[in-house]
Amino acid sequence: MDSMTIIAVASIVVAGITTGFGTMGPALAEGRAVATALSSLAQQPDASSTITRTLFVGLAMIESTAIYCFVVSMILIFANPFWNHVISQAAGK
Amino acid sequence: MRLSPDQLIFWHHAFLKLNATIVFTWGLMLVLTLGSLLITRKLSTDLKRARWQNFLEIIVIAIQKQIGDVGLEHPEKYIGFLGTLFLFIGTASICIVIPGYEPPTASLSTTVALALCVFVAVPFFGIKEQGLGGYLKSYVQPTVIMLPFNIISEISRTLALAVRLFGNMMSGAMIIGILLTITPFIFPIVMTTLGLLTGMVQAYIFSILAAVYIAAATRTPTRKTKPAVAA
Repeated sequence: MDSMTIIAVASIVVAGITTGFGTMGPALAEGRAVATALSSLAQQPDASSTITRTLFVGLAMIESTAIYCFVVSMILIFANPFWNHVISQAAGK
Repeated sequence: MRLSPDQLIFWHHAFLKLNATIVFTWGLMLVLTLGSLLITRKLSTDLKRARWQNFLEIIVIAIQKQIGDVGLEHPEKYIGFLGTLFLFIGTASICIVIPGYEPPTASLSTTVALALCVFVAVPFFGIKEQGLGGYLKSYVQPTVIMLPFNIISEISRTLALAVRLFGNMMSGAMIIGILLTITPFIFPIVMTTLGLLTGMVQAYIFSILAAVYIAAATRTPTRKTKPAVAA
């Protein structure tokens, strides 16, 4: 296997694994956050605007770790510097 | 597959490039500024007022209330900056319904620029409220050992702001692009609706986080009083 094949295989496999693992953690964390928010809303319905706003801010912070994994996957598939370098070398030959 | 509107170039000459990000950003600025100028030409304070003035008042008062809820005491000082952030990112997200439009926030350049504005605004407002010494003292706040961690947290949360907005907007645009090649009839419309929702939520999150950071920088530390001795 030459280096082009190795780079291609590694990028594709790791991009898939990154998205796969990267969405599991935030999903579990967001589930727990929403569950706690719902139970505290049931206990104190008149604080609902504060609870809802804090819930959204917390969800956005948790979501951003999933977004990091997604961005890395996209870079590996579409804007991969190693692949571009190898392709330009192969095209130049 | 185009990763961002930066790669759609309308015109270039030597090293100057006019790409879709710049065109759409200036288009949004034109819409927001002209719209506000036209609506606020004849402001009235009595009960009979124009519909658009009512609409703008709803938006401005809602933003003011949210800024007040976050903990900033005089929202009028900050509403220029925070309201503009919310309105720009919100309008950039809503205009996805216009065909041929790509949100300029789907490009890392725009989101990094907005995050850098927040990064500069936090010390600016902090120094304006507390003076230079008071603001710098907040960096060594629990102990001096926290100084590198406070600096790192400043930088990393600016980066997180930029990447969060970029990732959300780019993923929306990319999902719609991919779905258009697979199931071009109903499903892309559903995903566009989801993209609208996440765009508005991200606009809200960006401005609320900026407000929280500014509130943390301008809040005067409360002095701990000794508890009263029970008689």
